[in-house]
Amino acid sequence: MRTPFTLRLFQSMPRGGWIALAIFAVVAWIGVPVAHLALPESHPLHVSAYTVSLLGKILCYMVVAVAMDLIWGYAGILSLGHGLFFALGGYAFGMYLMRQIGRDGSYGADIPDFMVFLDWKELPWYWAGSDSLLWALFLVVALPGLVAFVFGWFAFRSRIKGVYFSIITQALTYAAMLLFFRNETGFGGNNGFTDFKRILGYDITSPGMRVTLFALSAALLIACLVLGRYLVTSRFGRVLAAIRDAESRVMFIGYNPLHYKLFMWTLSAMLCGLAGALYVPQVGIINPSEMSPANSIEIAVWVAVGGRGTLVGAVLGAGIVNLAKSVFTVYLPEYWPFVLGFLFIVVTLYLPDGVVGLWRKLRARRAAAALDDASAAAGAGRAAAIGGTPAEAPVTERQAARSATDTPIAKGANA
Amino acid sequence: MIPTLEIERESARLDAERENQREHWDGSAADGRVYRPGELDLSHKVILYLDDITVSFDGFRALNKLSLTIDAGELRCIIGPNGAGKTTMMDVITGKTRPDSGTAFFGQTIDLTRLTEPEIAHAGIGRKFQKPTIFEHHSAFENLELAMKADKRVRRTLFASLLDDERDRVAEVLRQIRLDQAADRPAGLLSHGQKQWLEIGMLLMQEPRLLLLDEPVAGMTDDETERTAELFVSLAGKHSLVVVEHDMAFVEALGGKVTVLCEGSVLAEGDLATVQADPRVIEVYLGR
Repeated sequence: MRTPFTLRLFQSMPRGGWIALAIFAVVAWIGVPVAHLALPESHPLHVSAYTVSLLGKILCYMVVAVAMDLIWGYAGILSLGHGLFFALGGYAFGMYLMRQIGRDGSYGADIPDFMVFLDWKELPWYWAGSDSLLWALFLVVALPGLVAFVFGWFAFRSRIKGVYFSIITQALTYAAMLLFFRNETGFGGNNGFTDFKRILGYDITSPGMRVTLFALSAALLIACLVLGRYLVTSRFGRVLAAIRDAESRVMFIGYNPLHYKLFMWTLSAMLCGLAGALYVPQVGIINPSEMSPANSIEIAVWVAVGGRGTLVGAVLGAGIVNLAKSVFTVYLPEYWPFVLGFLFIVVTLYLPDGVVGLWRKLRARRAAAALDDASAAAGAGRAAAIGGTPAEAPVTERQAARSATDTPIAKGANA
Repeated sequence: MIPTLEIERESARLDAERENQREHWDGSAADGRVYRPGELDLSHKVILYLDDITVSFDGFRALNKLSLTIDAGELRCIIGPNGAGKTTMMDVITGKTRPDSGTAFFGQTIDLTRLTEPEIAHAGIGRKFQKPTIFEHHSAFENLELAMKADKRVRRTLFASLLDDERDRVAEVLRQIRLDQAADRPAGLLSHGQKQWLEIGMLLMQEPRLLLLDEPVAGMTDDETERTAELFVSLAGKHSLVVVEHDMAFVEALGGKVTVLCEGSVLAEGDLATVQADPRVIEVYLGR
């Protein structure tokens, strides 16, 4: 019998994963809002506006990291241009935010300030409909999706792989950045969009809106993790990992890798677009520097640090690196690029599977040591009993435990 | 009205006849068969035609006017010195390499030079590589599951779940390739011989009509080699097999017709003893 879809969705994550998600949901949807809105500022558990926005921003980064991991960790395609999709989502939503300013801009005009500055009289055609939230939300998903689809179709069809693909994605985001820097492009040039006032008429700086955006970011992350987990445990996910490991074999058993890569690539870009749309109102600005190659590389670093090929690794990596970045940019801002570079070197050389890989290795070592102790004890007991050498069975068990953890994508443990 | 009816009745009769022929594919060509795209037509009892195929890489002719036919149900061995073009020939058949000239047909109607690799796989050609190529991070079971004949489009695999009879089919092949004890181990941990068997198992899961096997027993123990030969012989008849091999004892055990390739074209063809006695073959193998 066919297993129902909902059941399989539920089975795709081990129980520990669901419990962790539930705890996270309670903290993000109840804990943080209460701590921010209800507790007085003097209260030790009060969460400041700065912290809520910072955490909300990091949640968006975590979504990007998950999207990146799906395409890099599972399909083996390293994108160094994911910042573009993130920024496109941000710009798409930014257009709506600019229109929500209405006549409250410095010039009191019907069109955004930067257009007045350019001496434009009316909105360009591609701004049509940007005052509608629904249209904006559609663009947030559709725009990065379309760009990714067209780009991916040509790149994957031409069988561009590995470092060549990475370099082209890098060039793509760089080209887009140069385009958006131009004032004539109609997206505010190098200043981008800022000075947002409202969403759906509600004040964007109000604590309620801040907490809402934070809660939405958390919801998006949870949705991404559930979706991602379903994808990677489905047959689709197994085909994807198979393409990563032996693409020619996948072709000769009758799968078309183009369609698989394209699907994952486009979906990944769409998730980035959603993250970008939630990011922009929380940080209050979007400009072309979000498309700079360095930003996209940083996304890859998050995933590498956390451990690619595990969704939880991507989330951890984005959290660790961004928290470290927040600390460093406060105390030693000029050293952050060096720290980031150093981190990348260390991870590449010594932690190929990132933090999650390290944790697994340590756990496996402890398990092996425990088995050693047990077998030594058992062996001694048996040796005493029969006067011979320790039995061999526990040794093979230990080897099995070790070899199982040697494969980067050990099943079941990566929730 | 009557002529229309007449035509309808006639076309219904033809349809029924065609249906009948498809089930017993030994109908003669004179019956006037209708071309059906994607369907394997074995009416001439030949499953593979390679005609006058030339492939060159930077001036080097890997295949030089190669012509070869494989009968339906045949077990054919291809031997030849290194660089004779054996692997290139398989590349042409499976769509990996496009020939510079010549034609390659699967059955009477399927033009292999126009199809992509996955399309050729769907048409019914399975290939085993020289170096065992399996999915190392997947378990043996999952390797077979992925290879299983099924709808392999994205929207199907997104929601696919394993049915009971599919599970049974995987289990059956696991037993056949003697990996039922190792079903849940990552395939990367299997021995070299086991990996070879797993890849053969993946081929079986595809249920192909034609199997191309590039040095299937390389790295196998004598015992494993013997069992592989038994398996192949049992497959012949229902499937057609093309085996590229250097191991003459294995070729002898298979007992089929042997084709000797040299410098990109067929040098000799016949049973192993005849071929081995051919002076040109001896010259090629022992040097001039």
